[in-house]
Amino acid sequence: MITFIIRRLIGTVFLLIVVSMITFAIFFLLPRLAGQNTYQLATQYVGRNPTREAVLQVEQQLGLADPLYLQYGRFLRGIVVGAHYNSGTGSTYCPPPCFGYSFRSQQPVWPQMVSDLPVTLSLAIGASVLWLVGGVSIGVISALRRGSFFDRFSMGVALAGVSLPIFFTGLISLELFSYKWPIFPNVTYVSFTTNPLLWARNLVLPWIVLAFLYAALYARLTRAGMLETMSEDYIRTARAKGLPERTVIVKHGLRSALTPIVTIFGMDLGLLLGGAIITEVTFSLHGLGLFTVMAIQNQDLPEILGVTMLAAFFIVIANLVVDIFYAVLDPRVRY
Amino acid sequence: MPGALLEVEDLRIHFPTQDGLVKSVDGVSFSLERGRTLGIVGESGSGKSVTSLGIMGLHQGTQARITGHIRLGGEELVGALPARIRELRGDKMAMIFQDPLSSLHPYFTVGNQIIEAHRVHHPEATKQQARQRAVDMLGRVGIPEPAVRVDDYPHQFSGGMRQRVMIAMALVNDPELLIADEPTTALDVTVQAQILDLISDLQAEFGSAVIMITHDLGVVAELSDDILVMYAGRVAEYGSAADIFARPGHPYTWGLLASMPRMDRERLTRLVPIPGTPPSLIRVPPGCPFHPRCRYGHLNGGRSETEVPELRDTEDPGHRVACHLTAAERTRQWALLAAGEVPEDVREMVPRGGVEA
Repeated sequence: MITFIIRRLIGTVFLLIVVSMITFAIFFLLPRLAGQNTYQLATQYVGRNPTREAVLQVEQQLGLADPLYLQYGRFLRGIVVGAHYNSGTGSTYCPPPCFGYSFRSQQPVWPQMVSDLPVTLSLAIGASVLWLVGGVSIGVISALRRGSFFDRFSMGVALAGVSLPIFFTGLISLELFSYKWPIFPNVTYVSFTTNPLLWARNLVLPWIVLAFLYAALYARLTRAGMLETMSEDYIRTARAKGLPERTVIVKHGLRSALTPIVTIFGMDLGLLLGGAIITEVTFSLHGLGLFTVMAIQNQDLPEILGVTMLAAFFIVIANLVVDIFYAVLDPRVRY
Repeated sequence: MPGALLEVEDLRIHFPTQDGLVKSVDGVSFSLERGRTLGIVGESGSGKSVTSLGIMGLHQGTQARITGHIRLGGEELVGALPARIRELRGDKMAMIFQDPLSSLHPYFTVGNQIIEAHRVHHPEATKQQARQRAVDMLGRVGIPEPAVRVDDYPHQFSGGMRQRVMIAMALVNDPELLIADEPTTALDVTVQAQILDLISDLQAEFGSAVIMITHDLGVVAELSDDILVMYAGRVAEYGSAADIFARPGHPYTWGLLASMPRMDRERLTRLVPIPGTPPSLIRVPPGCPFHPRCRYGHLNGGRSETEVPELRDTEDPGHRVACHLTAAERTRQWALLAAGEVPEDVREMVPRGGVEA
């Protein structure tokens, strides 16, 4: 088990390096392969309507004319130990992990992302608890009472949940529960440390809306998984031992049925941590998702680069956690 | 038979489906005493597994309609409370299955699975006691280094060893009845004999009654005191193993015997297959369910196509056969077959001399 974890950790470090290479290539190599020269490339790092001097200065500052391996080395070094930028008047230090300076705010990218992260974290984790508990329990009950009214009703709702986009359910819920009946008025993010109650109350609507989409998916997956597992031979063995039905279902059935759910859950959560874009935009929550949208709208390349790396990092880490958890669940994976 | 451990009387297990009523078991009766072994023989779909699952109460929660009587130690199981059957299951009666790999849970160590089986019926046992019991049982079924292997997972065992684990788990509570559903089918030939020996040794040691379900007459020949031959959910023949091997009375039993390779016969004895396939259990043929495949149906003037044969006594006590043929006719036909006479349809299938080549 220990060797398994160490092996996976080494693999993860390797994967992160590959991720950084690919991200670097997207931002610095692809434009050149597409025929841009370093001046044109530099233009994109200056913001809108730049002067020729500014562009030349940026080209020099970022060292865009240097060989690629030097540039990549600098890029990696910036992330690990930080970087110094010469800005004519003097040198500014960008502490690690350095993804450069935002055009918009003239501030290092990383601290901005850090300040937006708690919003996304609160949203994603709260919603994921909701959908995991809700989806899995509905799925299990549906599977055990296959064909019943509960099964057909909840699977019908689940179909709606999978099909309805968040900008629809989100706006409807805002209209109903925030304006018409102001149960959750004025949905804005209040940090947990400031006021935990208000934090939770203001996040209830986004949580439910986001969880609804995923719970629907998880209910269907759990139902299918449970139906399959409960027809396995080892379930018959468990019954033949005289175990109470609850033990058979939870310990022997659900445990196997959950393994694929855990995989998907890790991926979904990792993806959401990189920004729950539609939910954040719908509810105007200033998390990483909204950060990303604004970065793209402003063509703020350092910000886009930073958020890309961070999102990829979350997915890689989620993968690692899933793998380890998988090995805990299923002994056959450990060797 | 008073005092029998297990009495099954006119057992019927029917499953309503969209295509019709599946009569998997249709009027089966037998009894089994402590320490004895009953072999239930038949092709796939003859109802032998459904019967055994019915005894274990494992049709609960399905659509199965069960009527008749199953009495274990005098206690009626048909219609008994599910909670009561659960108490008996794994304690008084236990079962081992065909495929030991899929029958063991892949996520738990074999020790944990055996401990679980023990503690559910002995809640007073501590974890240490149950674990010691599991190690003992693994040792008794012939697993080397049981104290170490108890912490291994099923995938770390070979097929034969897995079946030993299943047997250890089934016997952990000293059951009075052990049902083995094709316990050797999924195993290598070399391992099959070991497992059968193990079951019969343990039976002698524990004094359990055993029901051995198989399609392999060789297996029952070795182990069984009594044999029940099932066809299309009904009993074709029932009697002591000695009688059935000496004087089999049903053409289906003959078919099973003649289609089995025998080491003690001359090499050139032709194997005689049973023509056709087992019938659908939704539309069981009228009359004798075996008649579409029977070579001797023409000998009784069409009765077998209209009239269901009753299970009747033969001259051997306790040996019963469900066949329209007269006793004399049966004796004559079996004598011919046993002497190596090959039925005409088989002769036509393979030209003479084909076997030597």
